[in-house]
Amino acid sequence: MRRWLRSLAAFGYDFVIGDDWLLPLAVLIGLAASYGLAHAGLLAWWPLPVAVAVILPVSLWRAIRGKRRAD
Amino acid sequence: MTGGAGALFLAVFLACAVEGVEATTIVLAAGTARDWRSAGAGVLAALAALAVVVGALGPAVSALPLTGLRLVIGALLLVFGLQWLRKAILRASGFKAVHDEDAIYRRQLAEAAEAAPAAGGTARRRVDGYGFTLAFKGVLLEGLEVVVIVVTFGAGQHALGLAAVAAACAVLLVAAAGAAIRAPLARVPENTLKFVVAIMLTSFGLFWGAEGAGAHWPGSDAALLGLIPAVAVAGLALTAVLSRRHARLGRG
Repeated sequence: MRRWLRSLAAFGYDFVIGDDWLLPLAVLIGLAASYGLAHAGLLAWWPLPVAVAVILPVSLWRAIRGKRRAD
Repeated sequence: MTGGAGALFLAVFLACAVEGVEATTIVLAAGTARDWRSAGAGVLAALAALAVVVGALGPAVSALPLTGLRLVIGALLLVFGLQWLRKAILRASGFKAVHDEDAIYRRQLAEAAEAAPAAGGTARRRVDGYGFTLAFKGVLLEGLEVVVIVVTFGAGQHALGLAAVAAACAVLLVAAAGAAIRAPLARVPENTLKFVVAIMLTSFGLFWGAEGAGAHWPGSDAALLGLIPAVAVAGLALTAVLSRRHARLGRG
């Protein structure tokens, strides 16, 4: 049972956090901004695409920098 | 069939076909990029969960908090899609080994086979958690939406049976189309397929996540037709930039 719970937790971590914790953080921020705008009656579809457009290049840059350091 | 009944059939059929296409896309993505057996298990588990929910709640199913479900599933799909897109871009630009994930997955399968009882038994293949979860979530969410469409349209016009038949026709038609394109999909190069899957997961995650947070997309479901090409263009542009950088580093 304990082994099963450990592997489930590891799967959950890998599924949500993955290789870069900044990605889920950016998604969370984008969703929170969308939620806030929607509940204020404002245009709310755009924060999530903007969060993705900003975070994906940043995450790729971090991956390349990390690889170059490792090399 | 009277004019009113025909209009009801057409409305439910079209609405359910849209939901069916979304679910089929996710299942095809999970099956082609990961493992068909696990994706199939995810679909069956989602259908079983749907049957339990519908059986337990009956018409009250339309009161389920679909917005909250869309928010959670959209957020997870977006996070997962972004992780895949990141890996796909790094692979395509040469910054990551092409087959590293496959090697890990094959090693996990081999370990599972070794762990199975050797005496007289065949090694049982481990279900791939990613493929299962993706297919499960996609089918559960879209399935619930299909049920809500049937209940709201059908109960509104006192024709629940006709609405259910229209929904079943739409879902079967879309599922058959999905099964038909499975074989041609298998001929697409693996890394190209993974890139496309990452684009689809990211696009659907953006769409459902924002909707779940309370946003309304311009054009409703049609917004996906703009989102998917936009994510694809962004992914290809980043790949082009990183490929040039990788080539420069190689020469330097």
